[in-house]
Formats: sequence, structure tokens, C-alpha cells
Amino acid sequence: MPVATEATTEEKLEIGSPPPPVWPEGGGDDESWQSEPAFPVTKGRLGLWLLLGGIVMLFGGFSSAYIVLRGLPSWQNVAIPSVLWISTGVLLASSVTIEMTRKAMLKGLHGPAKAWIGITGILGLAFLGGQVVAWMQMVQAGVYLPSTLHSSFLYILTGTHGIHLIGGLGALLFVLTQTFRNRYTATDHEPISLCATYWHFMDGLWVYLFLMFLLA
Amino acid sequence: MSTTVEHTHDHPQLGFVRKYIFSTDHKIIGIQYIVTALFMAVVGGLLSMMMRLQLAWPTPSVRPGILEPLWSMLSSIMPEGIQSGVMLPEFYLSLVTMHGTIMVFFLFTAILTGGFGNFLIPLQIGARDMAFPFLNALSYWIFLLSCIVILSALFVTGGAPLGGWTAYAPLSALPEAGPGQAEGMTLWIVAIALFSVSGLMGGLNYVTTLLTMRTKGMSMMRLPLTQWSLLITAILGVLAFPVLLAAGILLMFDRMGGTSFFVPGGLMMGQQVLEHTGGHPLLWQHLFWFFGHPEVYIVVLPAMGIASDILSTFCRKPIFGYRVMVYSMSSIAFLSFIVWGHHMFLSGMSPVMGSLFTLTTLLIAIPSAVKTFNWLGTMWGARIRFSSPMLFALAFVSMFVSGGLSGIFLGTSASDIAMHDTYFVVGHFHLVMAVAPLFAGFAGLYFWFPKMFGRMMNETLAKAHFWISFVGAYVVFHSMHSLGVMGHLRRIYDPLQYEFLQPVQGMNIVVTIAAFTLGAAQLIFLFNFFTSVWWGKKASINPWNATTLEWELPSPPGHGNFGPELPIVQRWPFDYSVPGAEKDYIMQTEAPKGAPSS
Repeated sequence: MPVATEATTEEKLEIGSPPPPVWPEGGGDDESWQSEPAFPVTKGRLGLWLLLGGIVMLFGGFSSAYIVLRGLPSWQNVAIPSVLWISTGVLLASSVTIEMTRKAMLKGLHGPAKAWIGITGILGLAFLGGQVVAWMQMVQAGVYLPSTLHSSFLYILTGTHGIHLIGGLGALLFVLTQTFRNRYTATDHEPISLCATYWHFMDGLWVYLFLMFLLA
Repeated sequence: MSTTVEHTHDHPQLGFVRKYIFSTDHKIIGIQYIVTALFMAVVGGLLSMMMRLQLAWPTPSVRPGILEPLWSMLSSIMPEGIQSGVMLPEFYLSLVTMHGTIMVFFLFTAILTGGFGNFLIPLQIGARDMAFPFLNALSYWIFLLSCIVILSALFVTGGAPLGGWTAYAPLSALPEAGPGQAEGMTLWIVAIALFSVSGLMGGLNYVTTLLTMRTKGMSMMRLPLTQWSLLITAILGVLAFPVLLAAGILLMFDRMGGTSFFVPGGLMMGQQVLEHTGGHPLLWQHLFWFFGHPEVYIVVLPAMGIASDILSTFCRKPIFGYRVMVYSMSSIAFLSFIVWGHHMFLSGMSPVMGSLFTLTTLLIAIPSAVKTFNWLGTMWGARIRFSSPMLFALAFVSMFVSGGLSGIFLGTSASDIAMHDTYFVVGHFHLVMAVAPLFAGFAGLYFWFPKMFGRMMNETLAKAHFWISFVGAYVVFHSMHSLGVMGHLRRIYDPLQYEFLQPVQGMNIVVTIAAFTLGAAQLIFLFNFFTSVWWGKKASINPWNATTLEWELPSPPGHGNFGPELPIVQRWPFDYSVPGAEKDYIMQTEAPKGAPSS
């Protein structure tokens, strides 16, 4: 292995290259690392945010398709099933209850926390039930998946959102069992707050989709 | 990472299956990605060889007799595609589709981000593993499943899909549109959906690991450029793949649920009006290319990062313009989301939109040129060591520049009107996003092979592999540019049917011979790779005298990567030929003189 000496540096100068820069002691950068704080959020939260970013892009893709197709002459609106108003209310209520879970856990109250997780889960299931009823209402009205572009989006987007909500229910089930095993304390219950973030996001996503269907 | 002193977990001795197959160790997962991708590359490469065979000698009457045994062999292997020595046009189109799909997704995306990303991220930032090791393993197994699904498309009734890797609607939306558009197309969509999910899992992991798990002293501006490129690529992946997934879901419903997202109303097929109520075929192109153009950079950016680090190491000089390299990669990534329309200049786009997309597309030339000049600046006046990784990294720069220059003609809407759907396009994208990343991938494999397997690859074979591949690739893809200018259309299977192409058929033969040579050279690589795993010369800890963290670990590093304590990083990764230093490289962990070591 050749060893850099003063002589080799001199030789490099002769062939016209600029002298190699002299780096400050301690490294080549501006030493900002010494004051660089640790990353402000935990691994779990960052991972969740990235996942939500991906979900935003997924529904962003659907939304842009919706907007483009809405401008076509073949677009025909269908009636929005009335039950969706009720299921929207149910989902909004579940956002409140998951927040109650977090509040209870922050105070270290395991009993109420378990109850609120359970209630959130039941509300989530009720919402999914409402979506199924909505599909049935549409079928009764003779509006099927291929009927119009609007009805296609209604079925597919409620379905895709529902699948993501089922993922949230799985996460709720996980934190519920962990709570029964006393895994969480008032200061250490990150999975519950991650669950809450995801749940609120699903709630907001639904409100967005519902408004999009209504405004069509 | 709050503390540097972290006790190694007690690693129980794992059995062979847990250690090498169902492993959550990022190094094993990285190698699994690499080996799987190499297998897919062999399949994708063989498909392209069959395409070249057809293009050079399209009909039996012009075929040299020496090839007859080959054709009769192919006929007996694939009786549905090649009948009594004649390839069916739809079989040729399914070759086009499968070659493109396999190479773009299952080779380049998989090997550069899946392979090098998994193997290198924790090693180079001083972490023991990825942020979510189980998710990481899951991402590999879903990737493997997607490989199996896409390969199975070759064997179902009707064969593989015909629409190319872009799967343009309405051809892709109608199962009755062609033999491969039924089951084959369905499998294609399923495979791509699985691949998207796997890519999302990997992307989450890479970004989280890189942002939260760097060891003490490893500030963002001390990351090797490979790591920067992988970070930016992972963010691109997280944002781009879900859009493809959304498009794939809508396409699937068009095919199976009778919806009409991508099928225009009143479409006739076989004298019958289809029942679809009326959608928008161009919508597919918009959604696909909104993903598709970032995908190009998902492939090219890691190649740039790997080439940058290797160039610096073998020039024994710091990379020229480190910060600017980071900024230019970031701006390329940003711009990649607003240029997709340049794939659609001939779709009836308004000239105003065409001009806007031309503008954004040509803007990409600026950060790309900045990077190129920085690579040249790194090499300027250096005493270059022409080892095999360096040769391949240099070739990457060369191919990237050549392919990038022809991109300017395609990115400008006015000249694209003439070039669109000719071999000029084929030559362009092969140089810039296939051969260039391929060469960077080879550079990376030759460079990190000692760290992966503890042995060196044979340098003589590596150089033979390099020179044949380098010359072969230029003959193949440079000639394709010329064929394109002469009007050779992109997806035709028999050029001799066009009178104006008959005089240039000799060039097709040259391309085919060069392509076979290029393909044969890859056998040298595969032989070298797999024999060196077991019989190569034992590698030292740091065979290339490089500075980054992985070169202080045994080859291969053990489970958990680092000893009882994580390393503390003292400097950036490019301290080569520092004046006054004892050696011409200083490891990243080496403390400055006179400073306490921690």
C-alpha cells in the first residue's frame, strides 16, 4: 500500500491539480455533529409516519383518478347511501374513545384503558358493519360495482379504506392483549399512542373520502 | 441512539435454517436479495437473447444454417411460442414484457436497494441491524413470492402478457385482448402489487434506520454517499410505489369487476361493443408514469451513490463536492416527480403541457451534470488504481453520460415526436437506466464481495468480464440509437417486413452478435462469483484500504456487526491522502491527533 508523503503531494501539484484541501481536525464536515441532536422521534413513530405517507400516496393516486374521471361525459353520480352518515358519526366517536384510552393510560389507569380500547374496537367494527350495510343499500338500489364510475369508486374506496381499518383493529387487538399482560405503564405505552395516531388518520381519511363522494 | 455503549444481545447459536434462510440478520437478507436478483437477471437476460435472435434473423429463410439446431431446441422447449422454428409475434411481445418487467423491478430495484441497502445500511452507519428486522425479513419473502408469481406468468395458458413493462390500457384492462392478457396479465398485476408492498416495507425500514440509528458522531454530513443515495431512494420508493399499487388495483377491477376506469366507452372488440361505460385509457399512463419516472431514479440513485464512494476510494482522493452531491441527488429526486409527462408527449398532450414537461425534464440535466463534473473532479490529478470495482464505477459514469445525452433529445417534446417508439428510445434507456446501474451494481459486488463472503473474487476474470461487457454494451446500445434514427420501430418482431429497414438489417445482426457476447461475458461473472464464495482467496479486513465502518469488521462481520461497543465516528468517510498523515487513508473512527478518543 503506497503511503502518502510530502513528496507525492508535491508531485500531484506538478500535474496541475489543486492542492488537496486540508480538512479541519476531527473530520471533513463542519463539526455540526457535535451539536446534532438525537432524532426527535422514536423508530416506531417515524416508521408509522412513513407508512402513513405511503397510504396518503395510495389514496392520492385514487383521488387523482377520481378527479380525472369525474370530468368525463360518462360520469354519472349515484345516491350516497344514507347509512354512511351514521357510520361517519360512529368513526368520529371512536376517535374520541381512543383518545380516552391514551388519557387513561397516561394516568396509569389500566382498567379504564382496557375498557376504552374495547369500546374503540366495537365502534370500529360497527363502522365496518355500516359500510357493509351501505353496500347492501346500494345493491338494493340496483347500483353495482360496474354501474357507473362513481359507484365503482364508492365500492372500491370504501373497501380499501375498510381493509386499512381492519389493520387498525388488528393493532387495537394487539395493544389490548398487551394491556391485559400489564406491558404498559403511564410513561411507557408507545404502541397505544401509535395506534391512536393510526386510528385518527383512518378517521380523517374517511372524512376526506366521504366529502369527495358527496361533492362529486 | 442515546447511548453508544450497548451490550451485545446474547445470541444463541442458531441452526442453519434460522441463520441462513429464515434470518432476520440484515446481512443475510441483503445477500438473499442479491442472489435472488441474480437469478432473475439470468432469466431476464435469456429472454433478451431470444429477442435478439429473432430480430437478427426474423424468418427461417434468412437464418444461417448453423443456428438450426438452436431453433429446433427452442421449438421443443417452448412449443407454444416457437412453432416449427418460427417464433410467433405474440410470443415475441411476451418476451419484451417479461424482459422489461424482470429487469426493472426484479433485478435493478431488488439488487441495488434490497441487496446493497440491506447489507450496507447498518454496517456503514454503525448500527447492529435494521430498525425493524422482522419487517425486513418479511419484505424479502414477499419479494421472493412476487418473483415466483411473475415467473409463473410464463407458464400459464396464453403465456406472459404482451403489453410491455408499462402495461398500457386498454390492452392490459381487457383479458380478451390477447393470449397473454388473460391469466398472464393478472399474474403480472399480482406480482407488481406484491413487489410494491415489499418495497414499501423495505423503504420504511431504510429511512427509519438511517435517520434514527446512526452511531455517535455519524452526523448526516458524515454519511458515505451510498447511504445518502439509499435514503433518498427509499423516500422515493415510499412515495412512488403506492401510486402504482393504486393504479394496479383499479386495473384489476377493470379486468375482473367490469369497471371502466381505463376502458373507453363504446370500445369494439371482435365485432362486439364492450359493456364498459367509458373511462380514460390515458389515466393509466399518467398513474403509471407518475410512479415510473421516480422508479428510474430508484434504480439510478443508489448506483450514483455506490459509484461515488468507489471512485473516491480508488482515486485515493476525497469526493469532490460532497455537499453538492447530496443536494443534487435530492433535487434529482424532487424533479423526478414532476417530469412524468415526457413519456406521453405523443398522447395528444397540449403543446403548453409538453413545453412544461420539457422544461422540468431538462432541469434534471443540471444536477446530473453537477454530479458528473464532481466525479471528474474527484478523478482529476488522481493516481487511479484500476481495480475491477473502479473499472465498473468508471464505466457507470461513462454509460450514464452517454445515455443521459441521448435523453435530452427524448426529453424535448419537439425532437421526441421523431424519436418516439423507435430504437433510439430503447438504446437511450438501456444505457442510462439498465447498463449504467448494472455496471454500478457490478462495481458494488466486486467491491463488497470480500465483506460479504470473506473471500476475494478473481481479479483476472473480473477484468475479462469488464472489458467484454464494456465494449459489448456500447456496441449493442450505441448501435440501437443509430437504428432508431433510421426509423427502426420499437416493438416490431420482424424488421424485414419494412422495406426501409432492409438496408440496415446488417446492424441488427451486429447488435445480436454483440448481445450474445455481452451475455456470455456474464457467465464469467457468475462463475467467478459462485466459485469465489467457496474457493476465493481469503480476504483481509480492509482489502481496498477504504475508510468506512464496515472495513474495520471481520470479513464477513458476525451477527450484531460490532463488538460490545458501537464505534464512535470521528470524521467523514473521504479522508484519503490527507497531507501529513501516515497512511493515505484515515478510518472514520480514527480520532484527530491530540483529541481524546471519545
